[in-house]
Order: sequence, then structure tokens, then C-alpha cells
Amino acid sequence: MAGGTRGGEAITMVSHDAHAHAAPQGFIRKYIFSLDHKVIGIQYFFLALVAVLTGMFLSLLMRIHLVWPNAHLPIFGDIKPETYLSLLTMHGTIMVFFVLTTAPQGGFGNYFLPIQIGAPDMAFPVLNMLSFWTTFLGFLVLVAAFFVTGGAPLHGWTGYAPLSALPSAGPGEGLGADLWIISIAIFCIGALMGALNFITTTLDMRAKGMTLMRMPLTCWAWFITAILGLLAFGVLLSAGILLLMDRQLGTSFFVPLGTVNGVLTGHKGGSPLLWQHLFWFFGHPEVYIAILPAMGLCSQLLSVFSRKPIFGYKAMVYAIMAIGFLGFMVWGHHMFMSGMSPYSAFAFSIMTMGIGVPSAIKTFNWLGTLWRGKIRFSSPMLFAIGFVSLFVVGGISGPFLAQPVLDIYLHETYFVIAHFHLIMGVASIFGIFAATYYWFPKMFGRMMNETWAKAHFWLTFVGAYAIFMPMHYYGMAAGLRRYSQGTEVAWINALAPIQKFISIAAFITIASQFIFVINLFWSMKKGEKAADNPWEATTLEWITATPPPHDNFGGVTPVVHNGPYEYSVPGAPRDFVMQTDAEVGAKKH
Amino acid sequence: MGLVLLVVIWLITLIGSYFIIAKTWWLPVGASAAAAAIDHHFTVSYILMGSVFILAQLALGWFAWKYRDRGAGSQPAHYSHGNTKLEVLWTILTIILFVGLNLASEPIWSSERLHGASPGAVQVEVTAMQFAWYFRYAGPDGKFGSTKPELEDASLGGAGALGLDSNDPSSKDDVISGVMVVPVNREIEVILRSHDVIHSFFVPAMRFKQDTVPGLAIHMHFTPIQTGDYELACAELCGLGHYKMHGIVKVVSDQEFSQWLAAREAEKQ
Repeated sequence: MAGGTRGGEAITMVSHDAHAHAAPQGFIRKYIFSLDHKVIGIQYFFLALVAVLTGMFLSLLMRIHLVWPNAHLPIFGDIKPETYLSLLTMHGTIMVFFVLTTAPQGGFGNYFLPIQIGAPDMAFPVLNMLSFWTTFLGFLVLVAAFFVTGGAPLHGWTGYAPLSALPSAGPGEGLGADLWIISIAIFCIGALMGALNFITTTLDMRAKGMTLMRMPLTCWAWFITAILGLLAFGVLLSAGILLLMDRQLGTSFFVPLGTVNGVLTGHKGGSPLLWQHLFWFFGHPEVYIAILPAMGLCSQLLSVFSRKPIFGYKAMVYAIMAIGFLGFMVWGHHMFMSGMSPYSAFAFSIMTMGIGVPSAIKTFNWLGTLWRGKIRFSSPMLFAIGFVSLFVVGGISGPFLAQPVLDIYLHETYFVIAHFHLIMGVASIFGIFAATYYWFPKMFGRMMNETWAKAHFWLTFVGAYAIFMPMHYYGMAAGLRRYSQGTEVAWINALAPIQKFISIAAFITIASQFIFVINLFWSMKKGEKAADNPWEATTLEWITATPPPHDNFGGVTPVVHNGPYEYSVPGAPRDFVMQTDAEVGAKKH
Repeated sequence: MGLVLLVVIWLITLIGSYFIIAKTWWLPVGASAAAAAIDHHFTVSYILMGSVFILAQLALGWFAWKYRDRGAGSQPAHYSHGNTKLEVLWTILTIILFVGLNLASEPIWSSERLHGASPGAVQVEVTAMQFAWYFRYAGPDGKFGSTKPELEDASLGGAGALGLDSNDPSSKDDVISGVMVVPVNREIEVILRSHDVIHSFFVPAMRFKQDTVPGLAIHMHFTPIQTGDYELACAELCGLGHYKMHGIVKVVSDQEFSQWLAAREAEKQ
């Protein structure tokens, strides 16, 4: 594994000496309990890789069950309706927490935030190590839910109470549900530690000359994402503890007087809607936690590979801030049909439509960056362009769901599934792919195979559309989500051909992901040796060695003179000006 | 590569939009008074959002091809950090589009959800439980008898399943049905309850959906305008039998409704 071995002993730096630590000796301190943000970043990356393969495998079983409900699978046997619900619960939980939150922020953010701002490490290296191992523990606890009596919970990744609060409400709601809650609580603790670290690092550890408005948009995205994480995960953690108390200590935060199967639950006075408020107060910012890093990265890549400055840097920064800020005021749009006051729908709806504005600004600016550029179609760029396309299609369904009048019909249909998978799932994962192809050379010292990368792009891009576009149609015809079979309800049964098409598209797309996995491992060993700056990019990770030495810059503290996106500057000797190069004249556009 | 991107992105956009324009899979025919306005707003939203979708994708594909790197010696990229005027313009346009669209839909929401049912509405209590629906009518006295959770026994069905308190005089004439029978062209006030977990009462043809929440009695209303049988289904994950939790809303003439109700009353005597 790369990172942290070159460059010898740590060098004392004027402003950062408190954070410099000696390069570790011995396998365990170097690779297992490492304090080096680069090693920790790679650990997060591989955790997310294991998680995404697990989550993808669960979706494969779901897609098989939806089309062939009676199929008898080798090893797994039959998939019963409740098994299907467990699969979707675990798929959602694994993907949201351990992939979409873990890879872009914990993985790439950890590795590249310190380097891009010119710091030798994160502000709190020990905390950083703890946050990874806490997250890792959370993953183990979650997966354990599959193997306990009753199996994994069936309450969905949103865990609506009372279903999630009452062991008698269904199979999997016993020990499996306890483990699910504990896992999320552990994850929250890890995420909170990470968030503190990212915020402090961004504010305190920037190199000389790296003003906030000279930070790459990736750093802005990680910074705002960390603030969102700090505010959101605390609430989820509290909600999880309350839910666990309802289950184990006989409290009634979320459970009112009622019965299951005619048997009194023993609770009274709780509010099922309280859980939804707390959950979505976390849950909506979580969407932005997943997508903001991808937005930052794709902004960066569109600029690098168009050989043009990013269009409207300041607008991009303010848009990220606006999305982060508004992201905390829109949670009620998940609850238009919940029984919440219909008056509040006005406020949540208008705020949600409002959040579309900065998102649209970003899209315009991405197109503006391509406009009159000189586009190089390397694999990271293909995924960045794919991201823009998916962001548009996933974003455009938002204003439907944001309007309570249309949500009356669309709520809980596949239209919602199409919407959030495209924007939060696939677009974010395109960000992760783009990041992998872009930064792999810096992380592992070798290039990934470009032919395979392109094959992977085309199959995944077309595949993603083939899977998720038809889900809009399924939802428009009122096809309901979380139905293990559509055979019982006549109008859903009539839509079976769409499900079949989606499943076949999913099988092909899932299979194509192995091109990526094989390319990843093959290139680590056999890939072509990478130059220090293979993409001719300007940000600080490209001025240092490949892979970077333990203290990132080999004893030199970089001094920054330029913004992050100075490409094709008229009169410059080459078409990119490094951030550390002499300052580009006070030219205006 | 730019040309391939253009072709693929344009093709995806074309095929994706085709099925929406052709309405290959669409909402069922609306059978409630609110359906026309809601469907109209759907169409308006589709036209506006669809245009943004198509234009953005066409531009993306076009730019990818048009501004591809044409090799050494070709024009360098245009050095520009943006254009404030353009940015202000599209920000304002987007605000108008999104906020305007939203405001246009508010009158429908107000009439559906902010105003209660009118006094003459037909009241039906809808009770959800794992994994069944029960519909209760107050009977000639116009009063629903009280129910008690400790009396609930799903295996008994009917009054037993609802936990109806037989000691309450107003419960004597309550009619309980497994099918929701309602008169056409009358406003229906539904009182939505749940015994155990959250369910959701969804009748696509009525453009009506509302969660049923244990501990709450949620009052909502809709007006069927066409007779016929309309399927309803549970729209909120409620456990392993969620996919089987469906039923029928039977919309009949006013006269048939009275006859049906009277017959059910008679059965009880």
C-alpha cells in the first residue's frame, strides 16, 4: 500500500510543527493503526469498496427476487417477502452510510484535503485514526445483523417507528434491529470525530497564501460537508439512542398506545412523527453529505480537463454554502403525507424549491466551464461529464417531489426511488469513480488502465440510465416501492415488464463493475508508472512526489500564489499555472 | 470521443423523454374532483422541467463534441473566470421558475388539505393494521362508537378487530366493512387510524394518499366523481405483508349507497 514511506523523518515546519509526527516504523503502526491521513484515507476507501460490493450484491438478490420471486438460489435458498425487506434495509443502510458518506469524505477527503491546502496531516491525527476504526466497527456490527436470530431488520433504512421500535412488529425486529441501531450510533460517533477534524484542518492548517478563496472547490465541498456532518450526525445519534431506549428500557418516545396483532405493546404517549422529524433532520443534509464532495470534485475535473478556469468560482462557493444552509430547512418534504400539519408543507416546499436554485447555478456553471474549452476525454473527465448528466436527470425530478400537490400521488412510488438513486446514489458514485481514476496515480504511483476505464464508463453510464429511467415510468403509473412482489395489486402487476427490463439492465451493469475492481487491483501492481503530475493540473497534490512522502511535501512548506484553476492563461509558458507558481498578473477576464 | 458522448447523451435524452411524451405508462384515469387540477399541474411541471432537462442534456452533448481538444496547434481554451451578468440572469430565471411553479400549485393544496370536509360529508373511518383495512360507518345515530385497544382481536374480524366497545350505545349501529363503499359526487371525509405501525392509504385513481399513524386520527377528504371499483394499497412499509395490504374503494350511486348501508344495518339486527 502506498503512502507515508518516502521522505524520511518528519521535518519541522514553522507553523505546523505541532502536527508533524515521525514516520512510523513497523507494519502495524504504518498500515493498521496509522496516524497518517493518507493511509487512513486509503483504509476508508477500501472499507467503502467492501461495503459497496456488499450493498451491490444485496441489490442483485433484490432484483432477482422482484422478477423471479420463487427462484431457489444456491447457498441463499428462497427469498421470502421478509427477506426481501431485510435486503432493502441493509442495502440502503450500507450504501448511504458506509459508501456514500465514507468514500467521498472519509476516503478522498482524508487523503487529499491536507495535501490540497498544503498541510502535513490532519489537525488531529489520533482522532482521525479513531474515527476510521469506529466506522469500521460500525460496519462489522451492521453486517452481524444478518447472522443473528430473526435476521436483519425489515424496517427500511429510514427505520420508521413504531415498526422499528417493536420487536413484535415483524421478523428481524428483534436483535437484528438492535444491531442496526447500534451500528448507526457507532457510525455517527465516527462521523462526528471526522467532521471536527475536517473543519479544524481547513480553518487552521492552510499553507501560506492558501486563502479560503484560493482553495480548490473540492476543499470547499469537504469543508461544508464536514459542517453538515457535525450538525446532522449528532441528531441521528440522539434519535438512535432514544429508539434503543424505547426498545430496551420501556420508554415511549416514538410509540403511542397501540397493539400488534391484538396484543398491547405496553407503550403509550409516544409520537411516531417525532422519529421522522429527527431522522429527516439528519436525513436530508445526508443527501448533501453524499453529493457535495462529488460536486466539488467534478467542478475541479471539468476545469482541469477543459483546460479552462472554472466558470464562476465565487458563485460555486456560495452555491455550496447555500445548499448546505438550506439543506437543514427542507427535511419536512419527506413528510408531506405523514400527518404533519399541512400548513408547514408550504414552508418546506418553498425552501425545497429554493434549494434547486444553487443546484441549477452549479449546473449552468459546469456547462459554462465546458463552453469554449479544449476538452481532453480522459476517464476521470468522462465520469465528470457523466456526473453532470446524471445530476441533471436526478435533479429535475426533485421539483416534482418538492411540491406537496404532486407528492400526494408520487410519495412512496418508484419515482422517488429513481430520483434519489440518480442524484444521491449514481451521481455520487460517478464522483467516486472520477475521483478514483483521477487520484489513483497519486495514491498508488501507477496509472489505471485507460481502455478498461473507458469500457467501464460506457457500460455504467448507459446501464445507470437503463436501470433508473424506467423507474420514473413505474412510479408515474403508481408502482409502489418496498413491495417484495407486485403480483397482489392489479395496477402494479400490470407494470411487471418494466421490472423485468430493470433487472436485466441491473445484471449487466453490476457485472460491468468488475471491470473497475479488476482494473483497480491490476493497476496497483502492473499499471504504468505515473508521473508526478500526469493530468497537468494545478493544485498542490500535483507538486509533490508520487506517492507523496510521509509529511506530504518532503520538508518544504508550499507557498501559494494563485487560485486553483489557472488554465490557458494568455502569455503563460504552458497551459496551466500551478498554485505555487509566480502569481498570474492581476488580469481580469 | 466527444462525438460518441454527443450521440449517447442525445439518444438517452430522446428515448427517456419519448415514453413520457407518449404517456406509455401514466397515471390512471382520475376519478375524483381534485384529479383534473392535480393532473394539470403534473403536465405543467413536466413541460417546464422536461424542457430544462432536454436543453441541459443537449447542451452537454453539444459542448462535449464542439469543444473537444482538436490536437496540438489548435486554438487554446478561452481564458475566462465566468460572466457575472449571465450568472445573475440564470439565477433570477431559476428562482422565477421554481418559486412560480410552487406557488401555482398552492391553491390545490389549500383546498385539499387546509380546509376540512364540509358538514354534509359522508364520514368513513379507515383503520389500518398488519395487514388489513377496515372501514366503519357511524350508522343512523351519526356517532362512531368508542374503541379500546385492549379489546382489539384481529382474529375476530369486524367489530372485534377494531376493538369496538359494545357497552357504548353509539357503537350498536356502527357498520364495519372490508370494502370501502362510498357514494359518487359526495364529499367523503375519511378518518384515518392505525393500530400498530404506520400504514398509508393510497387510492391512485382518487389522487389521494395519507399515512395512517397509530395514536392519531387524521381527518381528510376527497370527492369521487365516477362510479366504479378502484384499488387501494398500503403505501408505507408496514412489515412482511406490506405488499399484500390492498383493498377496494367501491364508488356507487347515492341510492345504491343508501341501500347498501341499510342492508348492512339490517344484517346487524
